[in-house]
Amino acid sequence: MEFAHILFLAFAALAVVAAFNVILQRNPIYSAIGLIVVLCSLATLFLTLNAQFISAMQIIVYAGAIMVLFVFVIMLLNVRSEEARTDKQKYLKFLAAPLFLALLAEVIAVVRYVNLTPQPLPSANNAGDPSTVLGTVENIAHGMFTNYVIPFEAASVLILMAIVGSMLLARREKPEEIARIEKALTRQQEEEISKEEVAA
Amino acid sequence: MVPLSWYLALSAVLFTIGVVGVLIQRNVIALFMCIELMLNAVNLSLIAFSRLHNDVTGQLFVFIVMAVAAAEAAVGLAIIISLFRNRETLNVDEADLLKL
Repeated sequence: MEFAHILFLAFAALAVVAAFNVILQRNPIYSAIGLIVVLCSLATLFLTLNAQFISAMQIIVYAGAIMVLFVFVIMLLNVRSEEARTDKQKYLKFLAAPLFLALLAEVIAVVRYVNLTPQPLPSANNAGDPSTVLGTVENIAHGMFTNYVIPFEAASVLILMAIVGSMLLARREKPEEIARIEKALTRQQEEEISKEEVAA
Repeated sequence: MVPLSWYLALSAVLFTIGVVGVLIQRNVIALFMCIELMLNAVNLSLIAFSRLHNDVTGQLFVFIVMAVAAAEAAVGLAIIISLFRNRETLNVDEADLLKL
């Protein structure tokens, strides 16, 4: 077994365990920590696939910016652990088993019958122009600003719309809403105090 | 060299875990994190195929997906904040005003 296999298996196992942690935790802050572990181990796997720039972006944008936003909102809303899960749709279980078997068959078919041998890469030393080496910043920039410049501009328009939209949605407008939130918070605190009294 | 089918199998496993999370979680923030998990599973597939063909297009797709995920997180968390402001809950089962 080569070093690359051990690296892959270690980080794949870490990602799967952390993904289970994301979906099984009741408290969203622990889910967020699990998701950060998944993102970091996927960034390592991207490195093994010659995607250095995307790997750095994964850490900076996903683990750095998006997850900080998540954790910030969780702390802002002061979410407590969730109560027992409601199990209203019991028929979903009978749907889940055939779908799982279909997906499993698909994965096995891809692994066994599709030829997935990657083409060898030129080594970075004798490749000459860095924009021809897969995954370098030059290579990505060359693709993004020539063939794919329209999706790039569309993404910037999308982000502008998201900024305006989220400011509009999260704006606090009326004083009575502030009063309602404060009422809810004091009710929460009173419930906690009464729970402590019961426990005592 | 690790076979690329391993990466695709890991991607399928992570995507399935994300789908299961969307089905079993009731907290709207945790649902959002499960969606991010599914986006990342697809990103892994795209990068594996980009390596298979030695073509940078898959990595550019991942870049665009990251931009979309950032926009989605910003708007979605703003929706969650206004939901919490109006309903004082984060349980998706209680946000059923549009349900017939």
